[in-house]
Amino acid sequence: MGLTSRPQPDVITVDPSSQDGWVTTRLDFLVNWSRANSLWPMPFGTACCAIEFMATAASRFDLARFGMERMSFSPRQADVLICAGRVPFKLAPVIRRIWQQMSQPKWAISMGACASTGGMFDTYAVVQGIDTIIPVDVYVPGCPPRPEGLIYGIMMLQQKVMRERMKDESLRVEMEPDPRSNLYIPPSVIDELSEPFGNSVNQTRSSV
Amino acid sequence: MNPSVVRLRERFGAAIVRAEVGWGETNVVVSGSVLLDVVRYLHDDPAERYDYLSDVTAVEYRDAGLPLEVVWHLRSLPYRRFLRLKVLIEPGAPLRVASVWSVYKGADWLEREAFDMFGIVFEGHPDLRRILLWEQYKEGFPLRKDFPLRGRFSRSEQLVQALAANPEARYSMEELSIADAFEDLPVDMRGRLVRGEKTGE
Ligand code: SF4
Repeated sequence: MGLTSRPQPDVITVDPSSQDGWVTTRLDFLVNWSRANSLWPMPFGTACCAIEFMATAASRFDLARFGMERMSFSPRQADVLICAGRVPFKLAPVIRRIWQQMSQPKWAISMGACASTGGMFDTYAVVQGIDTIIPVDVYVPGCPPRPEGLIYGIMMLQQKVMRERMKDESLRVEMEPDPRSNLYIPPSVIDELSEPFGNSVNQTRSSV
Repeated sequence: MNPSVVRLRERFGAAIVRAEVGWGETNVVVSGSVLLDVVRYLHDDPAERYDYLSDVTAVEYRDAGLPLEVVWHLRSLPYRRFLRLKVLIEPGAPLRVASVWSVYKGADWLEREAFDMFGIVFEGHPDLRRILLWEQYKEGFPLRKDFPLRGRFSRSEQLVQALAANPEARYSMEELSIADAFEDLPVDMRGRLVRGEKTGE
């Protein structure tokens, strides 16, 4: 992923050779519009940031305005993983499995200094940024970020979703570790992990 | 001073190394060889009845010449007394003390934690393995003074080892809270759980 500078919303660059047809762009728009406005979050709250995440979801700030009020505690039905809090090394395989169980399209928000960089916990026990484990789309700074900060990050993610093109297949490519290493988890095992808990047996990763 | 100290002195004599009061609490240093007897006496004797073990931990001082202290916090609910027992382990001596698990079942996880963080071996503990860190953790014992704050391995190596830990292959079904769903699990997963296959070394 890497950090790219955010496109200016009011500057339009035109490259006629790379233009899509009207139908394609309208269809893209429709798909992206519906996706961006119904991002179901998978809350991965591990520490104090999760309290602020709850405040964001509660009535005063009201995530429902963004189509996000439906917290998806099954990764199968989630679109965006919100990691709120520090991740110790012991949780690293857990968040990775959750990410692998989520079906495409999926995005990740790293909320707070700890999730993004390890924050003040530069110790033996804490992962120095969840982007060493899973790809992250939006980093929200702060310790903890105020609900406005998280909402701003969510709106940035919505903008990012609105700019996606179906034609761009690289968006959905998942980088897997070398199958020979013991970091690799075959998709069948990932399916098996979540099977007894999900309420739809067809939402497995290998069936897509 | 806690009145139990007098009775401990009568009963165990020189094995009670010293007793002092700090901040209104009584600390008793006992020699490691009698620890289990002292704890059993404090628990069983009708005049003592220390029926609650609230903590087992350890202290290592920055001064390398000072002994490492293993600490037990005992509380007597009927008599409303608090007693802190300590065993000193001189530098260089093996970190072994008796487990009080046979007296207090609650010592199970407390001793596992002290083992995990300090490497103290509690002799007689039924299941002494790491509890906070994952079982395959190889870097040592984090609360020891010779342990570097960021661990011994590089960050990437730490991450690789953590990701390879494969939690579902290490824990029992109760620990994974899927025991109820056992019948619904796929056949090969059931097989692996029943055989207790351990991977991810
Ligand atoms: S960034 Fe701050 S508030 Fe958030 S988990 Fe870390 S310490 Fe807690």
